[in-house]
Amino acid sequence: MNKSNLIENLVGLIFNLADVLSIILPVLLSVAFMTIIERKQLAAHQRRVGPNTVGYYGILQPFADALKLILKETVIPSQSNKVIFYLAPVSTLVFSLLGWAVIPFGQGLVLSDLSLGILYTLALSSLGVYGVLLAGWSANSKYAFLGSLRSTAAMISYELILSSAILIIILLTGSLNYIEIIEIQQSIYFIVPLLPVFIFYFISILAETSRTPFDLQEAKPDLQKIAGFFTEHSSVPFVFFFLGEYSSIVLFSCITAIFFLGGYNFNEIFINESIFNLQAIILGLKTCIFTFFFVWFRATLPRLRYDQLISLCWLNLLPVAVAFIILIPSILITFDISPY
Amino acid sequence: MFSRPRLVLGLQPRIFIKPSVASARTALVARRLISNSTCSHAEHNHQKPKLEHLSSGIEERLAHSAHLLEPEHDSQGNELNAYRHGPSALDKAVHLFFFTEIIRGMWIVLENFFRPPYTIMYPFEKGPLSPRFRGEHALRRYPSGEERCIACKLCEAICPAQAITIESEARMDGSRKTTKYDIDMTKCIYCGFCQEACPVDAIVETQNQEFSVENREELLYNKEKLLSNGDRAEAEIAANLHSDHVYR
Repeated sequence: MNKSNLIENLVGLIFNLADVLSIILPVLLSVAFMTIIERKQLAAHQRRVGPNTVGYYGILQPFADALKLILKETVIPSQSNKVIFYLAPVSTLVFSLLGWAVIPFGQGLVLSDLSLGILYTLALSSLGVYGVLLAGWSANSKYAFLGSLRSTAAMISYELILSSAILIIILLTGSLNYIEIIEIQQSIYFIVPLLPVFIFYFISILAETSRTPFDLQEAKPDLQKIAGFFTEHSSVPFVFFFLGEYSSIVLFSCITAIFFLGGYNFNEIFINESIFNLQAIILGLKTCIFTFFFVWFRATLPRLRYDQLISLCWLNLLPVAVAFIILIPSILITFDISPY
Repeated sequence: MFSRPRLVLGLQPRIFIKPSVASARTALVARRLISNSTCSHAEHNHQKPKLEHLSSGIEERLAHSAHLLEPEHDSQGNELNAYRHGPSALDKAVHLFFFTEIIRGMWIVLENFFRPPYTIMYPFEKGPLSPRFRGEHALRRYPSGEERCIACKLCEAICPAQAITIESEARMDGSRKTTKYDIDMTKCIYCGFCQEACPVDAIVETQNQEFSVENREELLYNKEKLLSNGDRAEAEIAANLHSDHVYR
């Protein structure tokens, strides 16, 4: 290998890293602000003020929180499996951040335009379960273990519904590529023809991200102030879980915006040929709609009992999902508009 | 059940019950609805819902079907059709599948999102205190400057936490006065019995609730501290006692 080739490779590597960082850093920032948004919005729903002291309107609260958590003592159970104990929160955060690799923020603004992007997302959301599972197991604590079992069962069950809903979109568009799905929605956002699908899709992503009303890991009366699978994790490992959780909320909101609200699409007058990339801003606004929904649901709904959670998935949602998997292709074939 | 006056999405109940049809049972249901629905709002200017608007379509249909569908009875006189009352299966299915209950709840939560918070920004603004508020203790003086306390030790006797310690002796002019009047504020439960027991209104509990200190010793109040509390807040104490004297 000659010298110029090496330099070329190095420069390419640096540019790749810059690409990744240019996505990761804003995402982490948005995750930090998601926590303050959640607290402020929840407060507004409950007619409270919420955090309002750190910075203007409490906008620096997440950084103060993060600092506080990082400065805390890291307690590791002496009988725990230490490698996995540290690996679990890292894997949770990494898997939820990896999902951003295939999100198109505008025309040509995508880190890697995989033709099987949706498959990649589904695989990553499945891998996210491992963080929960390993955290509960490695801590060698029965409470963490029980919490992880509850979360894992719920997440695996609802992944089925999530995959079914996404399968319907794949059937409709005939593509597993995010950009193609967005381009197809130029005529109409999928939330209009697929409203029922959207409803059970949204229920499933609430369960996937372990949010209210499916946040059994945080069920205080059940678990007696035990935090669920991350009971034994403190300080930085806990921060990682926290970031991973909120990162997956933002990620799933973004994916929902792409699937059902046409991603970066908006009326033609707004996009292209402007100094700012309005497409990315439009995607961000659409993402905000769904993050609002996440918190709105949390403010409204009471938590489900565990057996209700599982029976809602397997006895109610799954039959509906299967019915739609049959119905949508039937319509497509009947009117001869199948994309295949 | 599905007929609050401000129904979700601004829909009004389609059928209003006529006064002639309104049975005693409807009135009962309506009264229950009022008691349920008004308490969910903390608004002071909340209007009382009108009775006529509170009936649902189900009630209306019941009233009509009562004479169309004569209840069938067996030989004991029990009704045969147990499902004659209440919503139909279709109604229930619709409410289940369209998440009507959840949407109603979410609408209420969304309404509250756009309303101002109830928060009182505490250190900067404070809520009203009752004249009977029982806060930090104080010993009062007469306008002449003489201490009111006559060392009768009734407060010491009644104090359930035994927080008060009094020692007394006769003064040169023959009056009995305290030489020591200590209150252990770490023991005090702020029951107010001392000020109730006091025959001369000497020991009182003021409205001051912000007397936190940085170490424990500072909470062991002595006579000087209590008298200075009284001197500081005399006007306030006198006004509170006066406003409450009618009820004592």
